[in-house]
Amino acid sequence: MSIQALLAMLGQTLIDVVPIAAVLIGFQVLILRRRIPDLGRVLLGFVYVIVGLSLFLQGLEQALFPLGKLMAAQLTDPAFIASSASNLINSVRWQDYLWVYVFAFMIGFATTIAEPSLIAVSMKAEDVSGGAINSTGLRLSVALGVAVGIALGTWRIVIGAPLQNFIIAGYVVVIIQTIFAPRIIIALAYDSGGVTTSTVTVPLVAALGLGLASNVPGRSPMLDGFGLIAFASVFPIIAVLAYAQIIDWWSRRARRFNTALDDTA
Amino acid sequence: MGRQLRMFLVTMRGSARDLSPIFLVVAFFQLIVLGQPIPDFGNLLVGALLVMVGLTLFVMGLELGLFPIGETMAHDFAQKGSVFWLLVFGFALGFGTTVAEPALIAVADEASRVAAASEFIAADADSMASYANGLRLSVALSVGLAIMVGVLRIIKGWPLHWLIISGYLAVVIMTSFAPKEIIGIAYDSGGVTTSTITVPLVAALGVGLAASIKGRNPVVDGFGLIAFASLTPMFFVMAYGIALS
Repeated sequence: MSIQALLAMLGQTLIDVVPIAAVLIGFQVLILRRRIPDLGRVLLGFVYVIVGLSLFLQGLEQALFPLGKLMAAQLTDPAFIASSASNLINSVRWQDYLWVYVFAFMIGFATTIAEPSLIAVSMKAEDVSGGAINSTGLRLSVALGVAVGIALGTWRIVIGAPLQNFIIAGYVVVIIQTIFAPRIIIALAYDSGGVTTSTVTVPLVAALGLGLASNVPGRSPMLDGFGLIAFASVFPIIAVLAYAQIIDWWSRRARRFNTALDDTA
Repeated sequence: MGRQLRMFLVTMRGSARDLSPIFLVVAFFQLIVLGQPIPDFGNLLVGALLVMVGLTLFVMGLELGLFPIGETMAHDFAQKGSVFWLLVFGFALGFGTTVAEPALIAVADEASRVAAASEFIAADADSMASYANGLRLSVALSVGLAIMVGVLRIIKGWPLHWLIISGYLAVVIMTSFAPKEIIGIAYDSGGVTTSTITVPLVAALGVGLAASIKGRNPVVDGFGLIAFASLTPMFFVMAYGIALS
């Protein structure tokens, strides 16, 4: 491991934090003019966040991203596809890319579970809802949504269908679910679309999209390589709304069952 | 110090659990599907350790630093009672954190290469740089506006879903007018805008604000700022594309 790389990453994170710190300090000093309680603790927290994020990103750069990107390239390589293809005609058969969809699903799920911003939002949600929203359940459903979204997104690149049809259809489903879902979850579900795709997911997913679009005959990396992140932002909303709907339905059924029991008793 | 250490160890166990799926997936595909050995195993192990310690420190820092500062400032703004400054703060936070966001810079540069290759813009360095800057500014501006409108929504208690659904409709309508080259980038830009440090801050700001205003529920009204921040960039990037064509 190189100390220089680590220091460079620390420098980069510090530069990223400067605008945020400037806004916070600027408003604190000029407008609010109030003492922050436990300032020392807060500053220590900021040090933890900056050092932690630097180590996290450096570790990803060093270990996971090269391997994951290599994997994305190998799985989409025509040689690998041909070795598993049942017949060797020149046309594209979407079935030949089965391992790509499996990889997309699994890597989408795994990177989302590790995504720091999702951890933050779900911690906060469990905290302020007094436990009514379960942080693990929320994260699992978001991860499942991203997994399905990215798998579907890779399939779209293979078959070459227009991106907007899928995304717009996704919105329609979200709108219909919004009418029926419990109110408490709606804001969180919408938020979960934006937090899923961040430091861990984007680089790996982008590599997958680019690899696919450059290797599938008839696709251009320029036009078809984009769009996976959009899939990964719409499908978690559907998944979280569905999760809340299922829990809601389940508890109502249990309540009905209990009242029925009470009636017979 | 002993308390910090214990907190570190407890958090570390959670981080190990959160990170294990990634390593399992990578090992499964490398060893079984692709049938290859893991290259440079020692390096991978060190990297995994860094990732784990890093995530642990980050989560500890959330509780100590980012959440309290977001909530304290939200509370102070609510007490001060100046809606104007709160909106300015929301805009500054959204704009300031997005304009320098590395993920956005990377996407904007990539987008300028795409646009040049598909002859949407001229393929020289100047017009590519100005296109990338235009994209970045449109996204940053839209995130600033998003947080501002989101904060206003919490103050007024407007129901989120009407705003978001009308936003979706606007995006759908824009899509039919926008040049084909910009649609993929516009849709993706919604997802990449919100960075790992901004998200916890903005979440704490929203929740803190909803908790300080009478009649607002922190869960129902406090969340939703990030949803705005991922919706408006799609709209603005497509508008930028339409303006250029």
